[in-house]
Amino acid sequence: MTIKAESKGAFVFKIVHAEFIAPGIKRFIIEAPRIARKQRPGQFVIIRINENGERIPLTIERSDPEKGTVNIVVQSIGKTTHLLNSLNTGDSIMDIVGPLGKPSEIANFGTVVAIGGGVGTAMAYPTAAAMKRAGNRVITILGGRNKDLVILEREMREVSDTVFVTTDDGSYADKGLVTDKLRQLIENGTRIDLVLAVGPIPMMRAVADMTRKEKIHTMVSLNPIMIDGTGMCGGCRVLVEGKSEFACVDGPEFDAHRVDFAVLVQRNSMYRDAEKRSMDDYKCQLEKAKNGAIHEELTSALEAKR
Amino acid sequence: MTTTPTKSKNPVPNKERIKMPRQHMPEQPALERAKQFTEVNLGYPEEVARQEAIRCLECAKPTCTKDCPVGVKVKEFVQLIVEGNYLGAAAKIREDNVLPAITGRVCPQEDHCEGGCLLCKRGESLGIGYLERFVADYEQQHFDSKNIVKAPPTGKKVAVVGSGPSGLTVAGDLVQRGHQVHVFEALHEVGGVLVYGIPEFRLPKKIIREQVDYMRAMGVEFETDVVVGRTVTIDELLEEEGYDAVFIGTGAGLPQFMGIPGEHLNGVYSANEFLTRINLMHAYEFPKYDEPMVDFRGKDVAVIGGGNTALDAIRSALRLGARKAYVLYRRSEVEMPARLEEVKHAKQEGIEFQVLTAPVEFLSDGKGWLTGARCIKMELGEPDASGRRRPVEIKGSEFDLPLSVAVIAIGTSANPIVQSTTPGLNTNKKGYIEADATSQRTSRKGVFAGGDIVTGSATVILAMGAGRRAAKGIHDYLTAGDW
Repeated sequence: MTIKAESKGAFVFKIVHAEFIAPGIKRFIIEAPRIARKQRPGQFVIIRINENGERIPLTIERSDPEKGTVNIVVQSIGKTTHLLNSLNTGDSIMDIVGPLGKPSEIANFGTVVAIGGGVGTAMAYPTAAAMKRAGNRVITILGGRNKDLVILEREMREVSDTVFVTTDDGSYADKGLVTDKLRQLIENGTRIDLVLAVGPIPMMRAVADMTRKEKIHTMVSLNPIMIDGTGMCGGCRVLVEGKSEFACVDGPEFDAHRVDFAVLVQRNSMYRDAEKRSMDDYKCQLEKAKNGAIHEELTSALEAKR
Repeated sequence: MTTTPTKSKNPVPNKERIKMPRQHMPEQPALERAKQFTEVNLGYPEEVARQEAIRCLECAKPTCTKDCPVGVKVKEFVQLIVEGNYLGAAAKIREDNVLPAITGRVCPQEDHCEGGCLLCKRGESLGIGYLERFVADYEQQHFDSKNIVKAPPTGKKVAVVGSGPSGLTVAGDLVQRGHQVHVFEALHEVGGVLVYGIPEFRLPKKIIREQVDYMRAMGVEFETDVVVGRTVTIDELLEEEGYDAVFIGTGAGLPQFMGIPGEHLNGVYSANEFLTRINLMHAYEFPKYDEPMVDFRGKDVAVIGGGNTALDAIRSALRLGARKAYVLYRRSEVEMPARLEEVKHAKQEGIEFQVLTAPVEFLSDGKGWLTGARCIKMELGEPDASGRRRPVEIKGSEFDLPLSVAVIAIGTSANPIVQSTTPGLNTNKKGYIEADATSQRTSRKGVFAGGDIVTGSATVILAMGAGRRAAKGIHDYLTAGDW
């Protein structure tokens, strides 16, 4: 088997398909044969859109080794994700590196509860699917602020024995939080051997607090700020039982009961001012471009009249 | 490519040469350069280079070559400068060193070629590094791919993992011997630590790109965005992608932290992260580049450590507008591992050295941000395993140093990615790869390793020395076929 060199100039990471699957959440299918071939559930990629871009970690939803493509799911939050989500089929991304991080530990644990909050569902999905294939009973709980932000429900149903959905505002399925559903399961005496929770930090922290009391083994997939993704920089360090561990080489999955979530929240806020400035500048540029386009349209309309 | 010994063309008699002072390296004025990232040293003009070259005593048994980890034929290339044959001098260096423009800038010459120079006994050593840089820069300006000398193709394929100094050396040496070489780099730019670690003011990116382009012209292929061990394994390279040998030069890797309270505060960086943001990601050009950095303007910053990395970090902080910039080092200045020239430059720029000082705790504002370091003074006790005198805490000497940013530059430990995904690859207790000291062979057939991933953190030139030995080891293996 020969693999085409993915070097710059020789290889571009081409977007073969792009579609919004929810407002502000886009799925990209991207040509990256080396990554597609090696990706395992729980792993991620780091991307850099263009020459001046920052490096950010992103979830791999699934990959197709035959076609040599990987799917990534991106929620527009800051400048980079907004810019990424403005790309379409046929566009390309300058750098994608991966698959990074340790794969999820897949085994027949018994009953696994997979919890996906918002875009975190895309990270939980491949692990849930692998857990099902490994013979586990998979109970899935999906949560979102509202109906639109519950993603991958159909895909999750295909790999789960049972799926529960909660929305914060009650616009779809059960009103409430994923932890409300988890509490119900625990109170009903459901035997749970492992919980996997991927989503916003407050959600993961709440799940960890709940299962700690019940002594249910719980894994979370963490999303600290990251640069190289190979262990070289130490920027993604998380405090795990008082010790520094690196999310990119020791994680991204960690035992939820050992993670210091407060430190994770604090470190993720480190560049808030700069991130805001980048986003404001980006919006400003978009506005200018839009005005420019309108101006051009008017000018060409005038030209046509003449 | 051997030169027959010729009579010296040096116009000055030996006893006169001893009296000639070492030529000064022109540099940007300290206060000007402390505000920008442009290169500190400006390079010898041609006439100055020749004046300096004339100082060489042309020793019968030169220690400069013996003390050089890659064995550059110093006397011969310096002689060629005297003769005005600069391209000849460049070719002479390239016989042993494929990255002359880089070593000419970042090598700790005082520990190698210049350390044993006879001229030291009467004054200052020959400016070998400065001359090497002059020749390399001259060669770049007069570059012609026709000058590239290469053996005929052997049909053998070699994979090089990591494009830092050891990997580039292996690639350059092997491509010269006619092998096909493919270099894998995890980051998006080629150069490894040269790109992410060493700042623009000491080693401009342009220089690295030129040296890499030179290698491309020689036929070396580069593939970025590949983390060997994750994207592809060593076994897959050997078995599925048809490489006849693999060289592992992945570098030191994981930054060490001190294990003191407060290390997770916002404002506490590892030197690797700090320098990567600045060098690789251009955070100093935010918002033109997207990667952010804490705003340093008017803030007090300290680096912990006394190596080149520590000085690179603190001098970068100064250039980002820091008000006070400290080096906190637990031993005395004598033990400091940084290059002498860097210490001199740092002092000129206004960096404050607080030696025999170590932080014991990082202090917080209660909202997760750093406000200072509680430090303790040290004194030197008995020598330790490294032969350097061990620093011992002076009880009751604690004091608080107000800081907004602290950068930890106390070294690195082995990156486990390749080792943990390559069965049968032996490592030592600390996780570094075991390799033969001469051939750089590992415990796996066809797999060689060198540089920081074998020795732990060292210097560019020592990694290049390992690369040199590995290239010979690989060439011998590929031509003889025995393991």
